[in-house]
Order: sequence, then C-alpha cells, then structure tokens
Amino acid sequence: MDYVQEPVLSVRNLNKQYGGGCLNCRGAKADRLIKNFCPVCGTVYACRDVSFQVYAGEILGVVGESGSGKSTLMECLYFDQEVDGGEALISSYKNGEANLFAESSQQKRYIRNHMMGKVYQNAALSLKMDFSALGNIAEKLIAAGSRHVGRMETRGRELLEHVNIPSYRMKERPKNFSGGMQQRVQIAKALSNNPPLLLLDEVTTGLDLSVQASVLDLIKTIQRELGISVVIVSHDLSVIKMLADRTFVMLDGQMIEHGLTDQILEDPQHPFTQQLVQSLL
Amino acid sequence: MRMKYQFAFFDEGSKREIRRATLKAVAIPGYQVPFASREMPIARGWGTGGLQLTLSLVGKDDRLKVIDQGSDESVNAVNIKELIGKTTGIAITEETGEATLIQSRHRIPEIPLHAGQILVLQVPLPEPLRYFEPSEYETKKLHAEQEYSGAWLMLFEQIMKYGHMSTGADHPVLVHKRYVMAPSPIPRFDNSKLNDSEALILLGAGREKKIYAVPPHTEVVSLDFEDFPFVVEPFQGVSCRLCGARGVYMDEVHDEETGETLYQCNDTSYCLQRLNEKRG
Repeated sequence: MDYVQEPVLSVRNLNKQYGGGCLNCRGAKADRLIKNFCPVCGTVYACRDVSFQVYAGEILGVVGESGSGKSTLMECLYFDQEVDGGEALISSYKNGEANLFAESSQQKRYIRNHMMGKVYQNAALSLKMDFSALGNIAEKLIAAGSRHVGRMETRGRELLEHVNIPSYRMKERPKNFSGGMQQRVQIAKALSNNPPLLLLDEVTTGLDLSVQASVLDLIKTIQRELGISVVIVSHDLSVIKMLADRTFVMLDGQMIEHGLTDQILEDPQHPFTQQLVQSLL
Repeated sequence: MRMKYQFAFFDEGSKREIRRATLKAVAIPGYQVPFASREMPIARGWGTGGLQLTLSLVGKDDRLKVIDQGSDESVNAVNIKELIGKTTGIAITEETGEATLIQSRHRIPEIPLHAGQILVLQVPLPEPLRYFEPSEYETKKLHAEQEYSGAWLMLFEQIMKYGHMSTGADHPVLVHKRYVMAPSPIPRFDNSKLNDSEALILLGAGREKKIYAVPPHTEVVSLDFEDFPFVVEPFQGVSCRLCGARGVYMDEVHDEETGETLYQCNDTSYCLQRLNEKRG
C-alpha cells in the first residue's frame, strides 16, 4: 500500500473579499474589523487565508454559522466567483502543479466540466428546469466531450435509477419534481462525468427529514462505491457527523479549528466550536 | 412627391459602419458582430438585416438577385428589389449565375455559387444558444469560452422527445472549428452548401443587430451525434412536376381535387432555367 498520499485538492491561502478595502482594513489589520466587516468602507472579508487539503476517497466537512464564508469558499472552488488571492491545485490537472485560479476562463470551464461536480442548495442554480431530467445529465456529459446519444441515455438512466428517480419520470422536466427529487437529480448530474471531486453545498437544507436521510444515504453510498473525494458544507452538525471523516470549522471567514470529525465534536478546542457543539446537544 | 435619395438609400457614414462590421465578421468566421441596425423603410423582422448588408455593399456594376424562400417573385422579394433598384439604378436579374449580389430569405440557390459572388442571408434569430440560455450576457460568455454543450443539448432533447433531430430549419453549424452559428432558417438540405463555399456568405439580423459571415472555403459542419448523424430532408424517388429535376429541395403541393401529392422545385429560377433549356 502507498502510505504517502498526494492530496486530490489542496487550497492555499484562499482570500475572497467583497469590496475594495480601505486604509483601515487593508493588510494584516484584522483586529479593526467587526467580525469580518470593515466599519469604515463596508468591505466584507468572506474568506481569509483558508488553506486545506482533501485526500482521495475522503469526505471533508466544513461547518460554521451562517455568514462565515462557507458558501463563498465553495463558489470560489467551483469558479462561480473570482478569488482575490491564494491558489488551488487539483491532482488530476497538470499533475497538480497549476494554480487553478490563474487559469483562463476556458480552462476553468474545462476543469469544471471534467474534474468537478457541484450540488447547490438551490437546485435551480445547476439544473435547467425546462429540460428533461435525462437532458440535464446529458448536458454535463456533452460538456465533458461525449457525443453519443445512446451511451449518454444509458448513463443518465443508470444514474437516475441510482438516485431513485422512477424510469417513467426520467424524461420529465425537473420543474415538475419535488424539492427532494430535484436535489437527487442534481446529485446524479454532478456525478455523471465521474468527477474525482464533488462539492456539496448545504444539500439537505430545506428538505424534510426522511428525504434528508435518503439523500445523505445516497451520497455516502455513491462516495464509497466510486471512491471520490467530497467537500461538504453544512451548518447542520448531524449531517457532518454522519458523513465527514475530517472537519474544519469556519468563523468570520477564517478557519479556526480542524481535525477528525469525532475529535471536533467530542473535544472542541475553540470557544466558538464549543458553543456550536453545545447547541447541538 | 419626388425625393432625391442617396445612392443605395443610406448615407455614406451608415454604409461605412455596416461595412466595418462586415469586415470584422469576415475576419472572425461565425462570430456575431454587433452593429447599429438602421431604421429602414420596411419593418424589422422583414429582412432589414439582409437589406442593410446589401445596401452597404452594392456598387454601380453589381447585378442583384433577391429570393424569398426560393421564389424570385414573392411580395417580399419584389419590394426589396424595387427599393434597391430605385435607389441605385443597378441591373436586377433572376439568374443565379449572373448575379454578383444575392439577397436571400431562407434558401441557398440550387445552382452552385461561384467565386466573386456574395450571398446575403436574412436572419431572424442569430443566436444558436438562445433557446438554451435567454441572457445575451451569458451567451456571449459561452461563445468566448467555446462552451457549446447547450447547442448539442437542444438536439439531444429533440432525440429524447421525437426519436430524431427535429430541426426543420436553422440546424446549428460549427464554423471553422470555433464558433457555433445559426445558419438562418435555411432547410437542413442547404447546410452542406455553406461548407467550403466558393462565394462569400454574409448573414444579417436587423432586429437583433448582428452581422456574421462564412468566408469562402471555410469549413462548416452541422452539429450531430456519433449515433445520430446529421441527415438532410429526403426527396427519394421524387422529381419536379414541372422540370423533372431530382435531388433538389422540393415544395410539396397537395392537389385537393385528386388528393395527389406533387412536388416541384422550391428554387423557381432554377426550375425556369431548366424549362428554358429544354425548349432550346
């Protein structure tokens, strides 16, 4: 066995701010901010020097209160947002030597289409609501270079079956589906090109408990079967507890604590994490 | 009232602006160049894009042909010819081979175009990704990033729904291995005529304010799938009831009295030319 593992994704010093910053807040003057907000110029520092690694086949959880920069982090990783600094390397692209954030928009599109999948909290962000469920899966496959209808349809059916969409509804538009079904179609779409990395942003928020359970179960099963790496963002600690191997905690755009999920939940060090874990119990 | 119009209706500044956009379009095959579409004496959506191209290009030595869905004599074609004829005084012809400038609505003539000719096509919707993405801001980005899964996805959806690609006209094409382009609503039958054309093909959308082009000898490939290849409308075993032509684009004529279905050439000048040749 190979004991020295290369990370699938490594992120170094990712910075993202909304606003230009001013003399009051620029540079290492974090103490002058109110949480992550500059009272002088109104700049929000959404992610500050976030660094982490994701290894093959692991699930990394990201927790934090709302507004702590979790979703911004995910949007930056999927190139939905431009970063203001830092780098991300992905092992399957240019031997993990190229900073993804510095690539051209065409290359970013390529990386997104071939090496990543993302599931959003709001299904409308990734699904084309007026195209059939099968078509939605085909979209990702076409983007990844497939030009064979038969193979795409087979793959789409296989995936939709996997996420429990009945075969008689596969040609229907996701617009007609319930929230839970839409979410499952989204997961199928994100998985369609066998991405080495899957990003999940609050996938179960807003779903009822039984659907939540089945979606989580599905993610766990698929992740085990395909051995893909997953980054999952949630403010729901029970989701993290169930899925994540390792977890890091975000507060005001910074990573304040990281470690094995059990360790974080059983023996939190940072006062905020302690508070978070307390409120779970 | 007798008004003295400028040669070719437009002021010289307008002609120059449209020609500049046209030059850019020729330099980037398949790319939609925005231009300041002028107010015209016909309504937008009735061929103003094509008309503006024609008027900006026409010179005193040109011979003009205008076709509307294959016909030289439809109201639209006749009126456009009259406008251009009256404001320029150039010769109008119906013979494809003779014309130097051909403005056409939704057909490419049956007689192969030759070098030196310019074909101007009228375009209602220049954006091949519009159905997939309603925002112009987004489609511009998709073109820039060469992200054309939307165009294939539309065809995929048709196959899912109907079992085959159901584009009746305006089947999207890939130009010069770079831009996906709407070829204007020409029948699929005419798509192959865009490929490696001898003549310069210009496309103008007046309402949408876009000009784009397929320069001579440019590779134009119709989008398709490995297991669903691009096919044109089949006219097997069918011949024109007037001139007997085969292998051309046909109109279907239904005779209500006899219940018969007859076919005739859609390109009227081609048909007429063949009939004249037969007479000798």
